[in-house]
Amino acid sequence: MAQSDGEQRSGAPRDLHLTEVSKRFGDFVAVDDLTLTVPEGAFFALLGPSGCGKTTTLRMVAGLEDPTAGTVSIGAEDITGLKPYKRPVNTVFQSYALFPHLTIFENIAFGLRRRGVKDVKRQTDDMLRLVQLEQYGGRKPAQLSGGQQQRVALGRALINEPGVLLLDEPLGALDLKLRRQMQLELKRIQTEIGITFVHVTHDQEEAMTMADTIAVMNSGVIEQMGAPTELYENPRTTFVANFLGQSNLVSTDVVDSSGSTVIVDCHGQKVGVDESRSHTDQGKGWLGIRPEKIFASQRDSEDLEDGNQLTGGVVSDVSFVGVSTQYLVRMPWGQELMVFEQNTGQRQSFKSGDEVDLAWSPQHSFLLDADQDAAAGAVREDVG
Amino acid sequence: MNPSATEAVNVTDKPGQRRGKGWLLLVPGMLWLLMFFLFPTVQLFFTSLYDPSGSFEQGYAMTWHFQNYADAIKETSDLFVRSFLYAGITTLVCLLLAYPLAYAIAFKSGRWKNVMLVLVIAPFFTSFLLRTLSWQAILADQGPVTGFLRALAILPDDGRLLATPIAVVAGLIYNFLPFMTLPLYASLDKVDHRLIEAAGDLYSSPFTGFRKVTLPLSMPGLVSGTLLTFIPASGDYINAELLGTPREYMLGNRIQSAFLVEQNYPLAATLSLSLMLLVVVMVILYIRRSGTEELV
Repeated sequence: MAQSDGEQRSGAPRDLHLTEVSKRFGDFVAVDDLTLTVPEGAFFALLGPSGCGKTTTLRMVAGLEDPTAGTVSIGAEDITGLKPYKRPVNTVFQSYALFPHLTIFENIAFGLRRRGVKDVKRQTDDMLRLVQLEQYGGRKPAQLSGGQQQRVALGRALINEPGVLLLDEPLGALDLKLRRQMQLELKRIQTEIGITFVHVTHDQEEAMTMADTIAVMNSGVIEQMGAPTELYENPRTTFVANFLGQSNLVSTDVVDSSGSTVIVDCHGQKVGVDESRSHTDQGKGWLGIRPEKIFASQRDSEDLEDGNQLTGGVVSDVSFVGVSTQYLVRMPWGQELMVFEQNTGQRQSFKSGDEVDLAWSPQHSFLLDADQDAAAGAVREDVG
Repeated sequence: MNPSATEAVNVTDKPGQRRGKGWLLLVPGMLWLLMFFLFPTVQLFFTSLYDPSGSFEQGYAMTWHFQNYADAIKETSDLFVRSFLYAGITTLVCLLLAYPLAYAIAFKSGRWKNVMLVLVIAPFFTSFLLRTLSWQAILADQGPVTGFLRALAILPDDGRLLATPIAVVAGLIYNFLPFMTLPLYASLDKVDHRLIEAAGDLYSSPFTGFRKVTLPLSMPGLVSGTLLTFIPASGDYINAELLGTPREYMLGNRIQSAFLVEQNYPLAATLSLSLMLLVVVMVILYIRRSGTEELV
């Protein structure tokens, strides 16, 4: 085991490859023909709602589920048929799954002892230091707080220097403040030791904060994969547009897709979308605009920004949330659009019933195929 | 809330009062123990020190005759050894049989779990005595088991099962198996399957995972199961009485006959207390050693 680790490290990069992987439970297809490469050293997030197949994918990499079809490999080594205990992969479980009868020290040393590694003491002490639990080595898991248990689970997996570290909703059980802190902590540790992290979560903020690459999963397939900013700014599907942050999706007709700006007709008003963000070029399309990208101005005022404009809105709801004010603006065609204004103090604020015009830059919107459900992915479970 | 109600709440909230009420809850149990455990035990202790020259008809004189203990143990040392030997073998075999059974019920039985648990306790629906008597028929010289073993030449043609130590120990094992199985099941059922997955993830083969995770976590059940088997088995006399001969008699048989047949009360009391004391000492040593108090 340890020997083959060494060979792998000195050889080809240990990228994680999933090739045409499927998993069926009876008639239910949990993962559908998934192909994916995670480069060595990446912090990769599999993001999706519960039941989308992300945890099943992770368990297939860990060897806790056998794929119905396809192969899993690390570098050149095919690990599809290997038992979990023979894989150079370790998992941080959602429930932590710490051994309640062992001390923190023994929990962390567990993997080393099983592999018959020498100098367990030194390595375990080093790991206790890395996860900032030096004084807790002699305690039992039940005597630790949730955040500390989380760090033990992390240390217990990391100490084995796995080719790939799998994290299954690792911060789900922590409260919001601690979760934020641990997100930064995880990112720090990952950068420090450079092991590939594959992180499964339904929390889009968690994924965006930590991962270099996010794959958004839905119904067993990857909807879109890319850097967090790319996914957020240029989603390809309504599911991604709604699941990552919030989007206004307005039904439009494509008028002209020949230039570098695609012109669409939005209920009688013409607006433009950058060609690079336009994922349909004829017929109907969903025009997507993020609420924070829209500027609202008083009807017919001279403050109205250049670029795309939609006029004739009426403010129907105002909620003040501190850093921003969130408006709902009813448009002439009856749809309510979300508009978030930063509370910079520089811009006018509105109240319910005010008549407003909306404006945004063409680079700040996107155009999606109209065949999709505009509400896909909109209902999120924010509670972890 | 009216003022008097508030006052009433305040009164009951006084910590001292609360503690007083808490102790009250212990009273029925304490009374029970006092009447049915402490009082008879003290009585037994006095009885054990009566002068052995007395008799049931003439009455006994209280002479603080501690010599009774030395005499009794000297006379019955082979019975003590045999009792603990049989009880020990019973406990060991019960453990070996019950562990896989409890493991299968806890982890592998799926929707049959409840049915299997009912089957484990089903024997309790019939009397202990009746079930042991039926083993006489099963192990009889002309019975099916003996016949089968003779046919396979495992037993010689005139070999017997009934009236041998094997029959007595088999009866004990049969009778105490549920007492081992149920606590083991209760412990194993609580073992989180994800811990076993985690052990696998951390380079444990299924066997190592069992040894390092499942087995230690089932220790509370293992300890209580072995105690629930060993303690009553060491004092049992029905199995030796019904399935054995005087050659297989255990301490329980001697105590029973001293009380009911010879009516030698000092001897019976001495033996009872000696057995109790020895078992208590063994249990304390055993629990100390297995360190169950540290288990979660």
